[in-house]
Amino acid sequence: MKFYEIAKEPINIQSVIDKVVQREAGAITTFIGTVRELTDGKKTLFLVYEAYEAMAVKKLAQIGAEIEQRWQGARVAITHRVGRLDIMDVAVVIAVSTPHRADAYEANRYAIERIKEIVPIWKKEHWENGEEWVGNQLETVAYPSGKPEAGDINE
Amino acid sequence: MNKVLFFAHLRDAVGEEYVTVDASGKTVAELKADLAAKYDLARMETIMTAINEEFVSNDEVIAEGDEIAFIPPVSGG
Repeated sequence: MKFYEIAKEPINIQSVIDKVVQREAGAITTFIGTVRELTDGKKTLFLVYEAYEAMAVKKLAQIGAEIEQRWQGARVAITHRVGRLDIMDVAVVIAVSTPHRADAYEANRYAIERIKEIVPIWKKEHWENGEEWVGNQLETVAYPSGKPEAGDINE
Repeated sequence: MNKVLFFAHLRDAVGEEYVTVDASGKTVAELKADLAAKYDLARMETIMTAINEEFVSNDEVIAEGDEIAFIPPVSGG
């Protein structure tokens, strides 16, 4: 089973959830990232996501490994879509199962925040009057060493 | 030789998905500077680098056959 995937077609949400079902789990949390129409009052028409696919899959797997180390008994599955997505389309699905619910919520939040730090996926916003690659959602100014800080990579 | 991959706005600026160069023996910083000059790329300090699909720092030395990717600030999710 592939727990970490880049998808070119619409994501089957249930199939991502099914991957983390386990007898030891008492909770499964699911995060579904969708395409929002308005950002700061500006109307998005559609988005195009692009990935460095081989590395993106590795980095998603790294995030899963970080979670399994940090939250005992966790199981993680993540699928991120690429290509053109319209408003309300599903861009990413993260499923996390753990023995207890608090961990499932926390670990799932951790996964999406890490995706925004280390997974090589980019989105281009298309508006009525233009288009732009979106970078820097975390508003970090630069990477002075040329890579994420050591903690980001090995944590 | 080395394959150098570009993504997002860098790909638009360079006009290619990748270029092939001989970068062995150079540091990442040196290659960045070369390409920034050649393709008129701005703000390269915001660009991360991966060699063979792992993040590396600017002082990493490139070996023959390494695949290099320049990674602008990511915006997945």
